[in-house]
Amino acid sequence: MSEVLLSVSGLTAGYGAIEVLRGIELEVAAEEIVAVLGSNGAGKSTLNRTISGVLRATNGSIRFAGAAIERENPAAIVARGLIHVPEGRCVFPNLTTNENLDLGGYRRGRAGRDRNRERVFEIFPRLAERRSQRAGTLSGGEQQMLVIGRGLMAEPKLLILDEPSLGLSPLLVEELFALMGRINREGIALLLVEQNVVQCLEVARRAYILEQGVFVLNGKSADIRDNPDLKRAYLGL
Amino acid sequence: MKGASLAHIVLVIAALAAVPLLTASNVVLNFLVVALLVALVGQGWNVLAGYGGQYSFGHAAFFGTGAYVTAILQMRYGVNAWIAFTLGIAGGALVGAAIGALAFRSGLRGSYFALVTLAFAEVLRILASVAPVTGAGVGILIALDLRPQAFQFQGRVPFYWIVLTLVAVSLLIVRLIEQSRFGAWLVAVRENEDAARAVGVDTARVKLAAMTISAAITAAGGGFYAQYFLFIDSGIAYGPWISIAALLAPIVGGIGTVFGPLLGALVVKTLGEIAKLVTGDAPGLDLVVYGGVLILVVAFAPQGIAGLLTSLRLRFARLRSSPPERAHG
Repeated sequence: MSEVLLSVSGLTAGYGAIEVLRGIELEVAAEEIVAVLGSNGAGKSTLNRTISGVLRATNGSIRFAGAAIERENPAAIVARGLIHVPEGRCVFPNLTTNENLDLGGYRRGRAGRDRNRERVFEIFPRLAERRSQRAGTLSGGEQQMLVIGRGLMAEPKLLILDEPSLGLSPLLVEELFALMGRINREGIALLLVEQNVVQCLEVARRAYILEQGVFVLNGKSADIRDNPDLKRAYLGL
Repeated sequence: MKGASLAHIVLVIAALAAVPLLTASNVVLNFLVVALLVALVGQGWNVLAGYGGQYSFGHAAFFGTGAYVTAILQMRYGVNAWIAFTLGIAGGALVGAAIGALAFRSGLRGSYFALVTLAFAEVLRILASVAPVTGAGVGILIALDLRPQAFQFQGRVPFYWIVLTLVAVSLLIVRLIEQSRFGAWLVAVRENEDAARAVGVDTARVKLAAMTISAAITAAGGGFYAQYFLFIDSGIAYGPWISIAALLAPIVGGIGTVFGPLLGALVVKTLGEIAKLVTGDAPGLDLVVYGGVLILVVAFAPQGIAGLLTSLRLRFARLRSSPPERAHG
């Protein structure tokens, strides 16, 4: 296994007096795909918000590429190459596809931006067809591709994808997960935070199961899939 | 009008600069000076609201600070008028940064931000109406001293050149912002603040910078007002009238465009004059026109006159290109 890219330890976070995450331990190696699975209200969004710096951790440490980032603001964390792709098609609706992508890559200069845009279009050819269309007029699937593409524009080391399959048709979900493998093969680590268990476990190497703010299970995807506790705990079977 | 080129700006300013060569009418010049003043103040508002999406109802706070600093430094401390004017701009920027820091740090958005800016302007107005240094309820009269070095002139033409220069500078600043990375970030904040944060925009800093620039431009308008009319009181300097003028001009002209505030100021002021003419100075009727125009614009041309022109141009271009090519979906 290659070097550890992201390492979260003893993480506690929440809103005011309400503690949502308790003692989270999480590791993502460089060029690895890891899934965090959990139902609604398990604390997935809080975990994302804390790692990306939107929410301050109340305790514990978050290290990324060798640096402690738990006290940094979101902009500084993005500059380090940890990109959070928020859930819910978080596009700039009145800007074109191209403009949306460019906003993701401003730190890379003009040449880098043009190069990265072409790379994004290679991965998502559909975005190339829509390059001068307003992002608000794209379909749900295209918007999801756009926000992922926008994340790629920053040349990330780690991409955190927040519920990328939410609200997409099964066919699109299939396509999206296939593309994740493609993105990963370019050397980008992925942290998938999802409700979609089956597909996540197919693409991810390892997975963590989040329940009421603690990881109740973690391990190789294959082991988790066969674990009877998963079905009982998570699927309620 | 979006993406206005340098040539456009030069052309528009040159056309306006030609006016005093064509007419010496004080009525025309006075009208244009006031319209350009509103354009300047509105351009300040446009930076923050038009590009940054942060709607302020309290730009009087910056206008008034610019005006009061300009007047007080001259009359109470004997500072040269031009230096006082410059410090007035700095003072306005400082007030903008302070209000911005407080409002944005507390995460105020949308109507909450608007209400807080309104409250700050009102607090300043009330303070200015009682504090001895501002002349309290009496206001401040700037002593007549008709020399260029005192920022006072015999006729209106020099004032016209000065306010036109200020407008030209504000147009250039906004164009510069539009083309810069900062401008792209500002628009990103306007379009979707969460998405902006996700792409690594330091949203708090971008908004604060926009508010500071915005306040400085509007404060320049306040300082100019003080020198032009040589009298201010709390109702003039910090009154809601100027906050409304600051937002009405860009909304009518085209919010988030370089020329919107200038266009809107000219249109609104012209309508106001026509209304005064028609109604024979019935008090307040020009304000009714203000309200009417605002309602009409919001209802039928939310992108303002500039937006209307752009869509007309697009429609025209589409008619000319043989097969009506329409983006699907």
